[in-house]
Amino acid sequence: MARELTFAEAIHEAIEQEMARDPKIFILGEDVQLLRHPLLQKFGEERVRNTPISESAFIGAATGAAYSGMRPIVELMMIDFFGVAADQIMNHMAKITYLSAGQLKVPLVIRASCGGGYGDGAHQSQTIWALFAHMPGLKVVIPSTPYDAKGLMIQAIRDDNPVLYLEHKLLADYWLGLLAGANRYKDIQAEFSVPKAGTKGQVPEEPYTVPLGRGEVRRPGKDLTVVSVGVMVHRALAVAEHLAAEGKSLEVIDLRTLVPLDRRTVIDSVKKTRKLLVVDEDHKSYGLSGEIAASVAEEAAGSLDDYKRVAALDTSIPFSLALERVMLPSEESIERAARAMLK
Amino acid sequence: MVAKEVALDLYRRLLGIRTFEEKAAELWHQGHISGELHLYSGQEAVSAGVCAHLRPEDPTAADHRGHGPLLAKGVDFKKMMGELLGRRTGLCQGKGGHMHLFDPSLSYGCGSIIGAAMPLALGPALVAKMQNRDLVSAVFFGEGAANQGTFHESLNLAALWKLPVLFVCHDNRWAVSVPKAQSTAVPWNADRASAYGIPGVLVDGMDAVAVYEAAGPLVQRARRGEGPSLLEATCYRFRGHFETDPLVYLPPGEIEEWKAKDPIPKLERHIIESGFGTDQDLKRIREEIRAQVERAAEFALSSPWPEPELATQHVFV
Repeated sequence: MARELTFAEAIHEAIEQEMARDPKIFILGEDVQLLRHPLLQKFGEERVRNTPISESAFIGAATGAAYSGMRPIVELMMIDFFGVAADQIMNHMAKITYLSAGQLKVPLVIRASCGGGYGDGAHQSQTIWALFAHMPGLKVVIPSTPYDAKGLMIQAIRDDNPVLYLEHKLLADYWLGLLAGANRYKDIQAEFSVPKAGTKGQVPEEPYTVPLGRGEVRRPGKDLTVVSVGVMVHRALAVAEHLAAEGKSLEVIDLRTLVPLDRRTVIDSVKKTRKLLVVDEDHKSYGLSGEIAASVAEEAAGSLDDYKRVAALDTSIPFSLALERVMLPSEESIERAARAMLK
Repeated sequence: MVAKEVALDLYRRLLGIRTFEEKAAELWHQGHISGELHLYSGQEAVSAGVCAHLRPEDPTAADHRGHGPLLAKGVDFKKMMGELLGRRTGLCQGKGGHMHLFDPSLSYGCGSIIGAAMPLALGPALVAKMQNRDLVSAVFFGEGAANQGTFHESLNLAALWKLPVLFVCHDNRWAVSVPKAQSTAVPWNADRASAYGIPGVLVDGMDAVAVYEAAGPLVQRARRGEGPSLLEATCYRFRGHFETDPLVYLPPGEIEEWKAKDPIPKLERHIIESGFGTDQDLKRIREEIRAQVERAAEFALSSPWPEPELATQHVFV
């Protein structure tokens, strides 16, 4: 039976149900006994383990535990912190299965918050998902709704490979509350332009999975294909709604995972609309927007009449909300690009 | 004093490493092995003395100079040589190569990033502890790696969680061309163990019996659930950092000075003086191992190359 849950509750429920099903699953990371307190109460401190601020050590330990038969969920708190453990993630977690010719499997989830839009500055607001998607051997999951948050988490846990699961802080209310200081604002969701459809939604109580590598057409349309992921899916949907009033029909695709990447759904849509706009909260250059363009060019160049991208600018993320607004994609910048393509 | 069986077992392990690697060097110089080749020659007593206490299922991790522990654990020479030659019959079907060897039958893995094996070694130790299994996770690295953050993070976490880990530091004096005096603020890494409240033991790593005797209590301690420890073994790279090392940075005579402490003749003298075996007995062992290594080389040289399709397999399982 479905009922309304928040994005964060949906993730929690996924993990709780999976931990109850499989004793091999355990959580480790900084502050997890605080952040995952209900799981600590239910499963105890052996399976919800606080770690020191030693990302290399505990992420490496998680990889070693995974190839030794366990299924860890390792929390990196913020994806911005990956750098101190980059070697463990990129050279070991991602490569061990390949280097061992499939003899070792690494069934593990790295759970990390990501994203900006609440004025927290350069080391706490990045998405940088392209860095991980670039690295063969890692799957990358970016849910945009509570339904997907639960189904993708269960699928990520059951996958026998390392999966990076990124939860956007504008969607996960507890992160926004903790980091942006909810008590200072009458309406924190309005203050930080939180997409409501992403933060609350109908979620079935029973466990279910959402497959990795299958994008979802969030809104069918015929004039322009808009491809995005995470919070920007909601921004694109808002623009589509707005332009619908003027008789323009936008098709909005939520990729949901970057690895595997559902190129088919994008290409099929472009063949119909002949116009492609990619919206990405990650940096513009060498990222998702270029990858989508290249994929279409390789397989369906003749079907594409126009392409644009709206992505985070190639700068660090500035602290001031007045500057961050300029740097990140917004409904306004998406709408501007869409209008230019629909002239 | 160790028993006859132990001494002869150590001798076989030492010889297995040395003989296998001499053949590997020959094949490398003939062009049969690509890339770099970092040999363990001179350090054999460290792996032999530690691995004699390990069971096949004890997780073992190492670095770019990782032949020693794998050979000391008793790897199939053919599969290992096949991997060094990049052949389909190798341990990893030719995908790992000499610096990235994986043998699940011996719970062994290595990689070429300095200091990276230590965090990984914590994982199986944690699993052993969670599952109440009396396994010991042994991780081998050089003194150069002891200045990586991962060394300190891993010692701290292992000590904090009382994990069954044996950290084995080869102090071979040189990190490529940088001497320990230019890299390490304290004379002995074993002393750094005290910062984490765990035992740190310094041993003569050119003496297989000494390493065996020093490692035993540390392995048993970990097996009993009493936590990690750090063993530092002084040793030397007889062949330099790798096969193309110009060695120009070495003080004159240093290699010769250390070669005089070669652990193999030392153990031979010990065996003979203790009446554990004769020259003839030892010669028979040498010939037996030499023949095994030759067969492994022939096997690898005649093995097929991996099929092109393998290049794109195993990115994911």
